[in-house]
Amino acid sequence: MNRSFIARNPSVLVFLSLLALFTLTVSVLAEGFGVGLISTSFVKTLGKTLCLCLIAVAMDLIWGYTGILSLGHFAFFGLGGYMIGMWLMYERTRQIVVTSLADGVLPPTPEEVEAAIGNQIFGVVGSSDFPLIWAFADSLTLQLALVVIVPGVLALVFGWLAFRSRVTGVYLSILTQAMTLGLSLYLFQNASGLRGNNGLSGLQNLPGITAPQSAVSLWFFWASALALGLGYLLVAWVVSGKFGSVIRGIRDNEARVRFLGYSVESYKLAVFTLTACISGIAGALYYPQAGIINPAEVAPIASIYLAVWVAIGGRGRLYGAVIGTAFVSLVSSWFTGGQAPDINLGFYTVKWVDWWLILLGLSFVLVTLYAPRGMSGLIDALPRRKGEDA
Amino acid sequence: MVIAPSPFDLPESPSLMKTLLLAALAALLLTNAAPAQTTPVQDILQSQSDLIMKSSRRTIGPAIDAIADSGLPQMQSVLEAWRAKDMWQRKSDGLFFAASKNDDGTLKLRSFEDNAVVGDVARNTLIQLKPNSGIRAMIATALVQFQLSDPDPTKRHAALDSISRDPDAALLAPLRASINGEDDAALLARKTRLNNLMTMTYDPDEASRVAAINAMAGDLGLDFRGTLNPLLITKMTVAKTGTTPDANVAAQLTPGTDALSRSAAYAILVDAGLAPPLVTQDARDDALRANIVAGYVADTPVAQLSTEAKRDAAYDALAAQSLAAPRVTDTDITVRLSEHQFFEVYAEPSPAVTTAAKAALAKSESRVAASQMVDLGLDALSLASIYFLAAIGLAITFGVMGVINMAHGEFIMLGAYTGYVVQLFVPNHTLSIIIAVPMAFAVTFAAGVALERLVIRWLYHRPLETLLATFGVSIALQQLAKNIFGTQARPLTSPTWLDGAWAINDVVSISYIRIAIFILALMFLGLFLFIMRRTRLGLETRAATQNPRMASSMGINTDRVNMLTFGLGSGIAGIAGVAIGLFAKVTSEMGGDYIVQSFMTVVVGGVGNIWGTLAGAAMIGGFQKGVEWLNPSNTLAAQTYMIVFIIIFIQFRPRGIIALKGRAAGD
Repeated sequence: MNRSFIARNPSVLVFLSLLALFTLTVSVLAEGFGVGLISTSFVKTLGKTLCLCLIAVAMDLIWGYTGILSLGHFAFFGLGGYMIGMWLMYERTRQIVVTSLADGVLPPTPEEVEAAIGNQIFGVVGSSDFPLIWAFADSLTLQLALVVIVPGVLALVFGWLAFRSRVTGVYLSILTQAMTLGLSLYLFQNASGLRGNNGLSGLQNLPGITAPQSAVSLWFFWASALALGLGYLLVAWVVSGKFGSVIRGIRDNEARVRFLGYSVESYKLAVFTLTACISGIAGALYYPQAGIINPAEVAPIASIYLAVWVAIGGRGRLYGAVIGTAFVSLVSSWFTGGQAPDINLGFYTVKWVDWWLILLGLSFVLVTLYAPRGMSGLIDALPRRKGEDA
Repeated sequence: MVIAPSPFDLPESPSLMKTLLLAALAALLLTNAAPAQTTPVQDILQSQSDLIMKSSRRTIGPAIDAIADSGLPQMQSVLEAWRAKDMWQRKSDGLFFAASKNDDGTLKLRSFEDNAVVGDVARNTLIQLKPNSGIRAMIATALVQFQLSDPDPTKRHAALDSISRDPDAALLAPLRASINGEDDAALLARKTRLNNLMTMTYDPDEASRVAAINAMAGDLGLDFRGTLNPLLITKMTVAKTGTTPDANVAAQLTPGTDALSRSAAYAILVDAGLAPPLVTQDARDDALRANIVAGYVADTPVAQLSTEAKRDAAYDALAAQSLAAPRVTDTDITVRLSEHQFFEVYAEPSPAVTTAAKAALAKSESRVAASQMVDLGLDALSLASIYFLAAIGLAITFGVMGVINMAHGEFIMLGAYTGYVVQLFVPNHTLSIIIAVPMAFAVTFAAGVALERLVIRWLYHRPLETLLATFGVSIALQQLAKNIFGTQARPLTSPTWLDGAWAINDVVSISYIRIAIFILALMFLGLFLFIMRRTRLGLETRAATQNPRMASSMGINTDRVNMLTFGLGSGIAGIAGVAIGLFAKVTSEMGGDYIVQSFMTVVVGGVGNIWGTLAGAAMIGGFQKGVEWLNPSNTLAAQTYMIVFIIIFIQFRPRGIIALKGRAAGD
């Protein structure tokens, strides 16, 4: 990431500056600093939106630049969330258990503590034993590593299998969709070891931290902004060099790139795995702000929405993915949150909670038909210097 | 009227005295009050009168037997009236009558002989017989023989039902007696079967029990297995090493094996009072807590008791001071276990019977397993036809035309809701289904044509965009349906002739609705083949999809062909929706349940080939049922494994089971 990279990509600099400005503004106006113009819950919403923007950047890399429409990236997002959720839940439960057991006459043995934690966490699914996958749940470092490793390994194995047999185009899309459906069905089982459809909850409470939620929400907001900035920088750097040229070549004509002697499968696999890792990090930052994660989060519909956001924003442009995601998800939560005013037509009252999805669906059809470059196409239409991005 | 001084107090044969006395009394009254007539029912009742009036469960037996065995047909109504507390005795002469209450509080008496009305009398001239529940049960048993020979076959069936629900040794004899006179073939079969089953458990003769068991060995009936299982109930017993228990031993178990773990064996010893109980962790900790003295437990500071080993040591120290029961160590357990032998003992004392029952049950179970395989095959077949039905429309739009229509599932939903709306207006279920099928086709055909004209035709060269645009349509349609019909599930009721199931035996059965879906799937397969191979539209469709430009230069209007083909595929999805709605709930989200599976079916089968879709549906359905069979409690796991299996399968046959070759394969 030398100076010339930034110089060649002024849009990256513009984006990072805007992101920094946005972060600063929100921080100053947030409850955590006493001004209170922005409520804690809205800070959380903004923080979550930044995480969604991060996975959208990853989605743009795999779809907009490499031409692979993955309909399964929320599987990686969810796995990242589950990994950090395991530590949060374990550690917080451990502290509660230790405090309550300390009241007993005898000092608790490690076995008693472990059994009590198991009871607390898995009581809802009728079990009290820790499944094997919780082996590292007591170590924050290891679970943080797993946030990247688990989605990465899943993407590596799945991608290797899929690309090796040259599954491309819509078939790959359907296969990725099947992957996330399979994962969500697996997690729905009580026997999955991740509490079935109860999911992991209480994630907004950081163990050992007594600071109020107004402060914690800001920390996560900052972390999300930082992650988005770094992720954006990384992806922009990846697509700017020779690697970026090759993957764009794969997008435009895979056979020709292969004939030129490039190992197309390796490039695809590298991009697929990298984006999965970024998605995992995004998920690990998202779910502590959401407070709960359950298998419904990785249902196929979520990943399709991700594609919708990127498409509306304009794929093939990283800022397009960010704009689309931020716009659609914020507008979505505004409409479905019941804040939008109903429209009274006299004979029928249009309730936005009911009609927003229809509007979204139809506008999505219109964007696909008439504005394939999405919202960032509007930015492109502005007079500007040549040779940026794309 | 001469009454001997308190004859009831005489210790010797009071009932005889009473009988004689009452008979004399009755004879006196009869001769005085009524002209002599043949009254065999009343005679028998009078002969048992004192027992009947005493109404004690211990002594009533002979009276009921005398009534039941008299061979008089009227005795059934006597017993029924008695059981229903409708039998009354007239105080004046001791005669028994059936009585029913009149509106004015008087009683209408009827004679047991011919059911003739004797007259209305005041209540206080009669005594009501109130048999207690024990006696009523005995009466019911006695009644069985009348019911088993009742002229009305429904009553005979009901009697058999009640015997099989609650079999009893006493019922065996009347059942056997009734077999000979039975003329209804179905009832005869039931009676013989029930006789066999009851013989197994209740016949006093061991040889006939074994014979009955052997005669039915391998039978699939639940009743047969239900009769054998109690015969094979075992319980654990313990004997000193070197001795054997005096019982029908099923097996000797060695502690420490899978059949009997060491801890389980020791628990048996504890239960039998042959060994001291283990000191559980809770008991140990309780003892430690109870013996804390000034922050110390037996010289160990309480604060140090934070590991299992330390707590054990402290407890042992307490035990050494006799403050607690000593811990049972592993060596103690080994010694105790070696001193005893463990046996599984049958509750049934006869070894011949248990051996025969075991063999018969094993034979039945292997036949049940075979039947279950058949049942599983039928299940898999019906699941495959559901998948096929859901996927066949997609086989046209995706398989033939190459259009990814994510709204396909919503077309299925649209068809199901059409069926629901038709049923709102046409209450007759058969008629409404007949109307709903073409209606659903029309509605989804129109929706498909509209979608093709408005959206898809602009995107024929951009398949990924088609996917996303149709997804937009999908969420819009789903929400629209939610707005119109609400979120709760709507019923689509099948006609009554589709209710129920075709039961081949006690294990194998298939519901009629699944058979109907199977037939519907076959019909669609035929329809598809006919349209694609025998009609002008099919020819033009194949031409237009293989090479659109060549086709249009041959004069085919590809625009029109695409529109009609897409409409056809969507229309079939609508009909599938009606069929699926008949057994699944109709909700706005039902399409989503089928869309991924449908795409899988088409992709696994091989795009562009209807036989491939059929093979894909069969494979996915079969695999899913197979996994469910291995792990019956978990349908979710079955679906997960199915998806993993498909992902791996695609590795080996990326183009599906039946892959197109040559130019038709495209790229």
